[in-house]
Amino acid sequence: MPRVVFQGSSYETDGQSVLDCLTTRGHAVPSACRAGVCQSCLMRAVRGTVPEKAQTGLTPTMVARNLFLACQCFPTQDLEVALADDVIERIEATVSAIERLNDEIRAVHLRPSRPFEYRSGQFLRLFKDARTSRNYSLASVPSLDDDLMLHVRRFSGGLVSGWIFEHLKPGDIVTISEAFGDCFYVQGRPDQNILLLGTGCGLAPLYGIARDALNSRHRGRIHLYHGTRDVSGLYLMEQLRQIDATHPNFRYRPCVSGGPSADGHWSATPLDLALKDNPDLTGWRVYLCGNPQMVNAARIETFLAGAASSEIFADPFLATGTPSAPVLNPH
Amino acid sequence: MGLYEEIGGAGAVDAAVDIFYRKVLKDQRVSRFFAGVDMGKQAAKQKAFLTMAFGGPNNYTGLDMRKAHAHLVKQGLNDSHFDAVVEDLGATLKELKVPDNLIAQVAAVAETTRNDVLGK
Repeated sequence: MPRVVFQGSSYETDGQSVLDCLTTRGHAVPSACRAGVCQSCLMRAVRGTVPEKAQTGLTPTMVARNLFLACQCFPTQDLEVALADDVIERIEATVSAIERLNDEIRAVHLRPSRPFEYRSGQFLRLFKDARTSRNYSLASVPSLDDDLMLHVRRFSGGLVSGWIFEHLKPGDIVTISEAFGDCFYVQGRPDQNILLLGTGCGLAPLYGIARDALNSRHRGRIHLYHGTRDVSGLYLMEQLRQIDATHPNFRYRPCVSGGPSADGHWSATPLDLALKDNPDLTGWRVYLCGNPQMVNAARIETFLAGAASSEIFADPFLATGTPSAPVLNPH
Repeated sequence: MGLYEEIGGAGAVDAAVDIFYRKVLKDQRVSRFFAGVDMGKQAAKQKAFLTMAFGGPNNYTGLDMRKAHAHLVKQGLNDSHFDAVVEDLGATLKELKVPDNLIAQVAAVAETTRNDVLGK
């Protein structure tokens, strides 16, 4: 009889679903429809393979992360499981470089002490100390970059960003979590068009996703719209223009919302310009990262413009007010 | 054969969910109730609702329905809004060329949730 391991305890499944197996033993696992549809009971297989039926209806990025529906999962082999967004592993990493991207944003390059599995566009948690941490998106690409790269924006009074800007230096050892999040490139449909839309350091995941897709020989269009309030907020412009110039299917559109158009950038929000350029998004895959209001508005607008709800991936960056808040989205 | 099999099961839900959700978001009678919701979570909920309305597998109780909609009832959700959503659902199925007798059955299933959704 297969067993389920959860939070250090091991249970016989007795023919029950993972959800029933855990809830009847007193564990709190969220659930609603118990019919494999609402996705409230999403969990993650840390070890072992889940039956295919338990992943019906999940997006390719969710399947790639070994997520599954606990109410539909009747294990055929031993399975170690975790709640979908539980941070379970911590790893040490050495700061290999800190690079100035603009006045407000630094690239932090990290070298993990052991192999670190991730997809460009996912995020990790960086710990200042045991109780203070923030989430940052990965702008690096596993197959292209030796080190992990994060983009850190300085927030006034920010405990972690302030520490990074003032104290962190190359050679320091820091603690990071494993990688999380569903906002990453998946191979398999190389001709699909891709829209990448971000504000501020929401460019980090998009920069990783774009390079990952191009490196995977993606043939469809890859259009990246990056928005900031003023010109000084734009960054990585040279690198992105270089990619634009060398890849016919890639387009880079830096957008500035406050101020007139000038050489090299557009006066518009990235959402408005993207929809003006591409009013019909039927069949497109969409990635949205950055300011939560922009992300929520863009989710609805790109959906109404024809993108399928299952092909819109979003990472709203929440500015965390309290140090230990259980916020798993990056900022 | 039950309604769910006749209408096309999970495949029919997949085909209908985006068409239905776009109609509801564009429907000025009810769109305000969806303002500010997390669309990622909402799409899965729409799917759960359609599965139930199509007579498919579900374990929702009247109490779940009441809890899930209580905050909308406070914002003024009433019979006219319920009717609008059922109408959008019918229009979705018509667009997918579902026969009228099946659309009527779906509407009848949706109808059984009215009192719970509206907290009556």
